[in-house]
Amino acid sequence: MKTMKNIDSFTHVRGESLFVDDLMLRQDVLIGLCFDSPKAHGKITSVDYSQAEALAGVVKIFTYKDVLGENQIGGIIPDEPLWAEDEVHFCGQPIAFIVAETEAIAKKARALITIEIEELPVITTAKEAKEKGSFINAPRSFKLGDSTSAFSDCEYVFEGETFSNGQEHLYLETQGCYAVPQENGTIKLTSSTQGPTQVQKTAAKVLGIPMHKIEVDVIRLGGGFGGKEDQATPWAVMTAVAVQHLNRPVKYMLNRHDDLRMTGKRHPYTSFYKIGLTKDLKIQAFEVEFLQNSGAAADLSPAIAERTLFHATNSYFIPNVSTTVYSCKTNLPPNTAFRGFGGPQGMFVIESAIADAADKIGVSRTEIQEINLLAENDVFSYGQIATQVAAKNTWFTAKETFNLEELEQEVATFNKENNRHKKGISLMPVTFGISFTNTQMNHARALIHIYQDGSVGVSTGAVEMGQSVNTKMLQVAQSVLGISATKIKLETTNTTRVANTSPSAASSTADLNGKAVEMACTSLLERLSGVAANLLSSEEKNITFQEDFVCIDGQKSTLTWEEVITQAMVERIALSENAHYATPIIHFDKTKEKGHPFAYHVYGTAMTTVTVDCLRGIYEIDAVKIVHDFGTSMNLGIDIGQVEGALAQGIGWMTMEEIAYNNDGRLLSNALSTYKVPDIFSGPKTIETIPLETEGTAMAIKKSKAVGEPPLMYGIGVYFAIQQAVKEFNPNYKLKFHSPFTPEKVLMGLYESLQ
Amino acid sequence: MIQFILNNHKIKTPLNAGVTLLDFIREHQQLKGTKTGCREGDCGACTILVGTPYGDEVSYESITSCISPLGNANGKHIVTIEGVNLPKELNTVQQAMTNNYATQCGFCTPGFVVSMTGFALRSFDVTQDENQTCNDAVSGNICRCTGYKSIEKAGFEVEKRLQQKDKNHQISWLIKEGFIPDYFKAIPQRLSALQDVNSSVVEQSVKNIKVASGTDLYVRHADKMAEQNVHLLVDETDLKGIFFSEGMCTLGVNTTVTEIIENKKLQRFFPGLKRFLKLVSSEPIRNMGTLGGNFVNASPIGDMSIFFLALDAILTIRREDGTERKIPFQSFHQNYKVYDLQKNEILKNISFEVLKANDFFNFEKVSKRTHLDIASVNTAAKISIADNIITQAHFSIGGAAAIPKYLYSTNKFLTGKAMEAKTITEAAKVMQSEISPISDVRGSSAYKRLLATQLFFAHFIELFPNQIEPDTLCTR
Repeated sequence: MKTMKNIDSFTHVRGESLFVDDLMLRQDVLIGLCFDSPKAHGKITSVDYSQAEALAGVVKIFTYKDVLGENQIGGIIPDEPLWAEDEVHFCGQPIAFIVAETEAIAKKARALITIEIEELPVITTAKEAKEKGSFINAPRSFKLGDSTSAFSDCEYVFEGETFSNGQEHLYLETQGCYAVPQENGTIKLTSSTQGPTQVQKTAAKVLGIPMHKIEVDVIRLGGGFGGKEDQATPWAVMTAVAVQHLNRPVKYMLNRHDDLRMTGKRHPYTSFYKIGLTKDLKIQAFEVEFLQNSGAAADLSPAIAERTLFHATNSYFIPNVSTTVYSCKTNLPPNTAFRGFGGPQGMFVIESAIADAADKIGVSRTEIQEINLLAENDVFSYGQIATQVAAKNTWFTAKETFNLEELEQEVATFNKENNRHKKGISLMPVTFGISFTNTQMNHARALIHIYQDGSVGVSTGAVEMGQSVNTKMLQVAQSVLGISATKIKLETTNTTRVANTSPSAASSTADLNGKAVEMACTSLLERLSGVAANLLSSEEKNITFQEDFVCIDGQKSTLTWEEVITQAMVERIALSENAHYATPIIHFDKTKEKGHPFAYHVYGTAMTTVTVDCLRGIYEIDAVKIVHDFGTSMNLGIDIGQVEGALAQGIGWMTMEEIAYNNDGRLLSNALSTYKVPDIFSGPKTIETIPLETEGTAMAIKKSKAVGEPPLMYGIGVYFAIQQAVKEFNPNYKLKFHSPFTPEKVLMGLYESLQ
Repeated sequence: MIQFILNNHKIKTPLNAGVTLLDFIREHQQLKGTKTGCREGDCGACTILVGTPYGDEVSYESITSCISPLGNANGKHIVTIEGVNLPKELNTVQQAMTNNYATQCGFCTPGFVVSMTGFALRSFDVTQDENQTCNDAVSGNICRCTGYKSIEKAGFEVEKRLQQKDKNHQISWLIKEGFIPDYFKAIPQRLSALQDVNSSVVEQSVKNIKVASGTDLYVRHADKMAEQNVHLLVDETDLKGIFFSEGMCTLGVNTTVTEIIENKKLQRFFPGLKRFLKLVSSEPIRNMGTLGGNFVNASPIGDMSIFFLALDAILTIRREDGTERKIPFQSFHQNYKVYDLQKNEILKNISFEVLKANDFFNFEKVSKRTHLDIASVNTAAKISIADNIITQAHFSIGGAAAIPKYLYSTNKFLTGKAMEAKTITEAAKVMQSEISPISDVRGSSAYKRLLATQLFFAHFIELFPNQIEPDTLCTR
C-alpha cells in the first residue's frame, strides 16, 4: 500500500486545525474552573463559598449537591465521586466547579473559597499501602509451571527490588471540554477525549438522563497518550452538569498547572523479583510481586495491573513463572493509562532481573537475553501459544544489520582509552500483545456515506490524536473503493454517528476501526458492482473499481465512479453502510487466568549506545537502532513516526522525567519548569528503524500491525546502556534498578563508595 | 494606545499594556493558530515573531507570547502562524515539515513553524555560521508526539534551502522562495509610518510593577499583570546596549542573552560564549530575557547572575532623580530573594574588566535536561595566571546557597597558589566549606555538593587541559 502523509498536515502546519480551545463560542458562554482539594487525605469539616459566590460575574458554584443523577465517575469500579462529598483522598481532588463570566473572575472566585479539612494519614507509596493493607481490589496472579520447585533446580538464584517512577502524559493540549445546550435537554459536548462513549455514559449517569441526550463530538486531540482515555471524563461531565442547570454553554480548559496537579499519571511500580537460571543461563524460574501505586481510586488501574502480568516475561520464554500484582490504594491522584499500559513497568522488572543476574554471574546481559528469547509455539504465562514469533528474528537481524560485534569492540576500545567519558551498549527486545485484554472491548463500527456527487464521508469510533488513525482509515476506504483520496473525508468522532465505542487505546484503534471501514466499504462496493455491471452489460464478478473508474477484468472502462453513483441513486440503491467488527478468536478466562487474549504480538529489538560524561554525570544517547515488526506496514512514514515518538517517551520515562510528590502527597514536579520531557537536543543523535521483513498477520488491518505502544519500551534499553557505562567507570558501582536514571543518579553512581 | 502591526494588519488598541500577547492574539484577535500550552514559556506552543525596526530593515526574533506583555509589541511587527501562511499553498517551512512527517497531533506544530520561519528571517549566514542551526531555533519548542527526528529532518531541508539565500536582498529572496508572504516587503515602511509610537505607551506608564521582558514576572503573575498598570522598561534607551571603553565592558541591564551571544567583541573575549549561553534557557527566552531581570529575579541559580559574579562586575543603580550609585555585583544579593535595591531605584548597567591574555573564563551548568532547564548547579570561574601562579580567582556558584554565591574564601585561598592538582583539590574543600545546598526538586543536597566539586574541577580541566590531568583530580 502506498504511503501517505498525515491528512491533517496541511491545516496542522498552517495553524488551522481545530482543537477544543479553538472553537467559536456561543456569545452567552460561561467559563468553568475546578476548585480542588489542597490536602491529600481528610474529612471536609467546612467549605465557605459565600465570598466567592458574592463576586460579581460568578454565576454558580457547583458541588456534589447539584448532581441530579449519581455522583460517580468510576469506570471499572464505582469508587470515584465527580466531586468530593465528606472526604478528600488526594491533593487535586475536585470539590467544586466555579462557573463565571470569564476565566479571570473564576480564578479570583477560587481564591476566595475557604475550606477546613481534618487531616487523616497520607499514604504516598505503594509499599506503605501494601503494609497497611490499602488496596483497590484483590490481587491478580498468573502462573505457569511450578516456580517454587523450579528454583531448587537452578544453579543461580537472585532476588532484588526495582522501582520505576510514574510519568506525566504532557499532552501539549491540556484537558478540556465545551458543552452546549441543545433542545429538549440534550447537551452536546465537544471533548478532548480518547473515549467519547465513556464521556457520554458517565455524563448521562451523573446527570440522571438517558445516553441519547448526550452527544459527544471529538474533532481531534492535541495528544492523548492514555491520559485522555478515562481522565478526560470528569471535566466534560462537570461542564455538562453546569449546562443542565444553567441552560447556557460552558467551557472548561484546564490550565497546565491544574492539569498537572489534578490528573493521574503512569503508575509508579515497586517490584520484588526472584530469578533462577541454570548453569547454561536458561531462565528456569521467575517470580515477581508487583506493587502498583494506583492512587486514590481505581480508574483503569486493574486493567493496567493485568497488562503488567501479561508482559512480565517480555520476549523471553520462561517455563516456570509466578507473578502477582497488587493495585495499591494511595493518596495520589488516580493513576491512569499511559502508552504501554503497565507493560513497560513489567518489562523493566524482567530486564532488571536479567541485568542483576548477568552482573552477579559475570556474563553479559545480552548473553542471557539471547539464550532465553521466545520461540515459535512457546507458551506465555497466560496460556496463549506464541505463533509467527519474531523475537529471535528481530534480535538477530538487529545484531547483524547494526553490526553489534564490531560496535562492542569499538566501545571496549573507547572505554579503555577514555576515562572522562564512558560508553555503554544495550539490547532491548520487546514483545507486546495487541488487543484490549478485556476481550469484550475489542469491537468497532464504521459508518460510510457515499453522497450523490460521489464524495464519501467516513465515520468511525477512532479518535485522531496524532497517531494518524484517520489517515489510515482513509487509506483503507480508498483501497477498497478504488477512488482517489480527495473524494474521501474523515468525519469527527461523534457518538450519534458511531455509538458504544471502545476508547482509542491499546494500539488497536486502527485495527478495529479499520476492519469495520473495510467491511462497510466492501458491502458498498458489492452493491455498486451490480450497478456498474448492468451499465456495462458485464457480470458483477468481473467488475472492480480503480482510480475513480470501473474496470472490467482489470481493464479500465470509461465508466466513472460518479456515473455509477448517479445510477445507484436512480435505482434507489443504499449508499450508506454501517459495519461492525469484533475481533475473532480471542478469549480470556479470568477465573483461570488463561486464554488467548491477543489477536497477535508485535516484536522488535533495539540497540542503544550512550556516552556518559564521567566528570559531570550527564549523558548523551549516541544511537538507538531498531528492527521492528510492522507486519507489512500500510504507511511506513507514519509508522516510523510512531516508533520515534514512542521511543522518545520511553527514553524520557527512563531518564529525565521525574515525578515527585512530597510526604503530604503534594506534587512537587508541578510545572514545566520542574517536570522535564525530552527536547530536540536530548534524544538519540541517531535513530534508525528497519522494518523486519515479515508477512504480517490477517488479524491486523491490511496486515499492517499495530504500532502505537510497543516501541515505547525500546526506551528501557537506555537505562541499561547508561548503567553499563557507569559500571565501566566505577567497578564498585552496585547495580540499582530505580528509574529514571537522572544525571543525579548517574553522578552518585559514578562516585559511590569513593566518598 | 498601543500601536503595532499584527501580521498584515495595523493594530491600535487601548487595552492594558500588561495583558499577555497570547491573550491578545487568541482572545481579542481570534487568531487561534497560536496555542496555549503551559503559560510559562516552557513549551513553545505560543511562539510568535517580533520584528523590530533596525535601520531600514526589520529584525525578527522568536518569543513566547504567553509571558510577554502586549505593551512590548508597541511599534513592532508581530507575526503569528497566520502571518506566515501563504494564501493557498504551504510555505517552504511548512512544506518541509509535511514532507518529513514532522507533524502528528498538530498542537505544537504552529510553534515549530513560526520558530523555523524566524530562523529563516534571521540575518546570519547559514553557510558561514555552523553554530546556528534550525535545531537551535526550535530549542524552545516541545513536541510530545514525534520524538523530533522528523522535525530535525525538516530543519535540515530548511537549512539547505537557506544556503542559497541572497543576503543583500533577504526579504525579497525569502518571499520569492516561498518562505513568507509578500506583505513582509512593505513592513519597514509601514512600521516607520506608525504615528507617535514612543509617546503612546509612556502615557500609561505609571510607577507600578516594572517590567522588562516579563519572562519571570509573567510566569508567576500573569493574571495580576493583565489588570495592573505596568511600567515597561524595554524602550528606555539608557538601559540598553553593550559598550567597550578603557578596558571595561558595560552592558545595559535590558541587554538580552541573545544580544550577548551575538556580540562579536564579546565572542572574542569569551571563546566559549555560545556554548555557555546556549545552556541558558531556550532561544525565544534568550531573545526576551534581560540581564536585569535575571539579577532581580534573584534566583540562587540565576545563570546570568552566576556568569557576572565571576567577572567581578560592578552594578550601576539609577535613582528616580537620575543620580546613580555603583556597587560590586557580589554584594547585590544579600539573602534569599533579598537584594540591594530600593523602591525608587532601578538597575542601569553592569560593567566588568575585559579579559586579558592571562585571564581565563569558564561557565558550567548541569541540569536534569541539558537545555531549557534550570540548573541543579551552575558555576562560573575567571582565573588569572602569571608564571603558573594564580594571581586572581573569581569563582561563583548557583544552587549551593540561598543566593547566587560568590565564593570569597575559595577565591582567597586560590590567590597566590601554584596551578597544580594539589591546589585545586584543596580549594575544592574550601569551596565545600562555604556552600550549603538544600535538597529540592533539582537534586539532593549530597548530589549538589558532589556536583559542585565536579564542576569546580571541570573549570580547571576545561581551561588548563595541558596542565591539569583530569585523573589527578577525580580519581576513583
